[in-house]
Amino acid sequence: MATSQTAALPWSSIDPVSSIDAVGVEARARLLAGRSVKRSAKLQALDLAIRCIDLTTLEGSDTFGRVAVLCAKALHPTPGGLESPSVAAVCVYSAQAERASELLRGTSVKVAAVATGFPSGQVSPEIKVAEATEVSRFADEIDMVVDRGAFLAGRYRQMQEEIAAVKQAIGPRHLKVILETGELGGMDQVRHASWLAMEAGADFIKTSTGKIQPAATIPVAVVMLEAIRDFAWATGRLVGFKPAGGIRTSKQAIAYLVAVSEILGGEWLTPERFRLGASSLLNDILMQIQRERSGGYQSPDDFTEA
Amino acid sequence: MVDTSPPTISPRREVIKQEAPAVFGEEPVEPMELDRLPYAPALEATDHVQLQQRYGLFIGGAFTKPKSNSYRSTINPATEEPLAEVAEAGSLDVDRAVAVAASAFSTWSRLPGAHRARYLFRIARLIQERSKELAVVETLDGGKPIRESRDFDIPLAAQHFFYHAGWADKLDFAFPKGRRGPLGVVAQIIPWNFPLLMLSWKIAPALATGNTVVLKPAETTPLTALLFADICRQAELPDGVVNIVTGGPKCGSILVRHPGVRKVAFTGSTAVGKEIQRVLAGSGKHLSLELGGKAAHVVFDDAPLDQAVEGVVNGIFFNQGHVCCAGSRLLVQESIAEPFMRRLRRRVGRLRLGDPLDKNTDIGAINSREQLQRISALVESGVAEGAHIYQPPCHLPERGFWFAPTIFTEVSPAHRIAREEIFGPVLPVMTFRTAAEAVARGNNTRYGLSAGVWTTKGSRILWMAERMRSGVVWANTYNQFDPAAPFGGFRESGFGREGGVQGLADYLELK
Repeated sequence: MATSQTAALPWSSIDPVSSIDAVGVEARARLLAGRSVKRSAKLQALDLAIRCIDLTTLEGSDTFGRVAVLCAKALHPTPGGLESPSVAAVCVYSAQAERASELLRGTSVKVAAVATGFPSGQVSPEIKVAEATEVSRFADEIDMVVDRGAFLAGRYRQMQEEIAAVKQAIGPRHLKVILETGELGGMDQVRHASWLAMEAGADFIKTSTGKIQPAATIPVAVVMLEAIRDFAWATGRLVGFKPAGGIRTSKQAIAYLVAVSEILGGEWLTPERFRLGASSLLNDILMQIQRERSGGYQSPDDFTEA
Repeated sequence: MVDTSPPTISPRREVIKQEAPAVFGEEPVEPMELDRLPYAPALEATDHVQLQQRYGLFIGGAFTKPKSNSYRSTINPATEEPLAEVAEAGSLDVDRAVAVAASAFSTWSRLPGAHRARYLFRIARLIQERSKELAVVETLDGGKPIRESRDFDIPLAAQHFFYHAGWADKLDFAFPKGRRGPLGVVAQIIPWNFPLLMLSWKIAPALATGNTVVLKPAETTPLTALLFADICRQAELPDGVVNIVTGGPKCGSILVRHPGVRKVAFTGSTAVGKEIQRVLAGSGKHLSLELGGKAAHVVFDDAPLDQAVEGVVNGIFFNQGHVCCAGSRLLVQESIAEPFMRRLRRRVGRLRLGDPLDKNTDIGAINSREQLQRISALVESGVAEGAHIYQPPCHLPERGFWFAPTIFTEVSPAHRIAREEIFGPVLPVMTFRTAAEAVARGNNTRYGLSAGVWTTKGSRILWMAERMRSGVVWANTYNQFDPAAPFGGFRESGFGREGGVQGLADYLELK
C-alpha cells in the first residue's frame, strides 16, 4: 500500500478514538435508557418516532399484495388516515421497489430498497453494483450491506471500495450502509466499521439487517452515534443513523431518540438523519399515543395489522 | 474492485489514512448547541413519605425528648424549606446514650454470631422494603438526585447489612477463636454526603462483631438515620444496641470525649479528623478516620476516550462532587488533551441540573449554604490565580443552593484548586507527558484516598496501581463500591478500613 497517498488526505479524517471499553458503553447505555420521558414529552417523542420509521417487510414470502398493504399503512398509519403523520419510508426487497414506488408516487413516503446481496452480502462486487444500479431506478434510498467477510479478513480497502462503487452507481439517492454489528465481534469493530463506511460515502450507517441476533442495541447505538459525532467533527459531514432489528416497543424507540439527542443533538432528530427500521413498532407507538391521550389502552383490533 | 494487496491487519489509523477518499475535504463545522428531545418533569412521588414535625433522640430503643430541650430544623437544600425539627443532644443525653449502649453490650456481645446475623439480615431486608421512602427522604434532606439515592445509596446500604450479616457467624474463619473480642461501645460520627450509606458502613460491621453503637449523623442530614432508628425497632433489635443522637459539632465533641466510649469511628473533614486525633491521644480509645481526598484521575493516550470522559464525569459530578474519593484532579496525557477536553466539555454541557426529585436530574443541590460558600470561595481563588474557568450554559433555580458544573484548565499544581479539597462539582485539569510524570504529579498531595487510571494497557494498570499512594485505585472505571472491598485512605485521608475482612478487624480486639 502506497504511503505517499497519505499526504494528500486531510489529517482530520483520522479516527481519534483508538479503543472502546464495552463495560463503559453499557453503563452509558443504561443511563440513556433510564431517562424518563413522560406525558407531553412522550407524545412529542412518539410523533417524531413515527415520522422516522422505515416501515419494513423483508421476507421471502413478500408479494405485491403484501407490499400494497404496507404502503397504505405507511401513508396512513391509523384507520381513516387521521391523527398520525406518515412514516418516513417503506423498506422492501429490490424486486418490490418498482411496485412500491408506483403506489407511493407523489406522497411524502420514500421507498427504500435493500441491495448488494442482502442480507449476507456474499455476491460478487459486480453483481452488487448491478443490483444497486437497477434498483435505484425506483428507490429513493438504498440500504446496502457491507462485506463483513472482507472486514473480518482485514480487507478494509475492499469493503470501502464496494461502498464507494455503490454510492457512485446510485447517484443522488441516499445510501444507508448496514454494518450488521451482530457479526462484527465487538465494540472496537463496530466503531471501526462505522468509520470506514462513513469515509467511503455512507449517508446513513445502519446497525443490522434484522436477520442476525443480536441486532440493534442501545450500547451499539452509543458507539455508532459517537463515531458519527467524531466524523462530523473531523470532516463537517453529518451522517445519519438507523437502528434496525428487534425494535418493537415505544420504550425502545424512545431510548434511541434519547441516545441521539444526548450524544448528537437536535440536528439529528429528523427523518433526514435518523430512521428506525421496524414493522410491529408502529402499532405499539399508536397504542401508546392513544393511551397517553385517552388514559386507556385500546384493543389491538382497533389498529390495522401489518 | 478486488483488493490485490495481501490481507493486512494494520493498525486502524494507518489504514484509514491511506483509504480516505479526498471528497471529505470540507471545512470542519461545529454541529453543537442544538435542540434536544424535551423531557417533561418526571418527579418521584413523595406522597408515601410521612415525616414527623419533630424527632427526638433514639436511645434505648425509643425516641425520647432531649434533656437539653433544644431542637434545630433540617431543611431541603433544593428549596430551603424546613422538613422537620431534630433534637440537639446535650451532654446529659450523650451520657444516657453511652450508658444504655454499655448495658446492652453485656448481652449483645455474648449472643451467638448466628443470632446477631438474624438481626442484620432483618435490617437489610427492611431497608430494601422501605427503599423508596428512604431514597426520597435522602434526596429531600441532602439534595442529591433521586436517581443516585434510588440506584446507589439505598441499595448499597442494604448490601452492607447483607454482607456483614454473613460475617457475624463466620468470624472464627478470619480471626483466632477465643483470642478476639468486640471493643464495647463505639461512637460513630458520619458525614452528610452519603447519610444512610455511611451509617451502614459504620453500624453493620460494628454489630456483626458484637459491639454496640452510639451514632451521630451530620446536622444537615439526620432524617434517614432517624428512619433507620425506626427500622431497628421494626427489626426488634434489642434496645440500646443502636442509639442515634442528633446534633452539631458540640454534640460530636461530647460523644468523642465520653469516657464510656471504647472506639471512635469518624468520617468527615481532615480538619475535624485531626482535632479528634488530638483529643483522643493518650485516652486508650481506638480510632479510625476516613477523611478528605484529592484523587488523581489519570487518562493515558490509549484510553477509550468516550468511556474515560464518562468515568471522569462520574468521578467529579456524582453527588455534586460531595464525595471524599471524588476524582478531583484530572491528569490528561498532553497528546490527547485536545480531543479529550472537547468531548468532556460537550458531555458536561449535556448534564441536567435541577430538582433533585426529578428522575432525569444529573446534578442536584449543594448540601448547605455553608458548603456552597466554601465551593464558591475556592472557585474564585482558581480564577484569581489565573486558571481558565469553563461552565456550560446552565439555569440555576432561584431558591436553594446550586453550583454549575465547572472545569478549570491551565491549572498549575501550585493553585489552591489543585491542592485543596473542594467537595463540589469543580474539576481542575492538568496535563502530563509520561507515566512517571503522572505518578509524580498524582502523588503530589497530602491526601491518599483514591485514584483512577484509564488505559487499555493491562501492564500499565498494574504499574500505576503499584505506584499511586492511595487506598483505592480504580482502573477503567470510577466510584465502584462493594461491601467486600476494603475502603480507606493513606496519609491525611485517614487510617482504618471499612468493608471486607479488613474492616471487621477495626471493630475487634485481637489478643
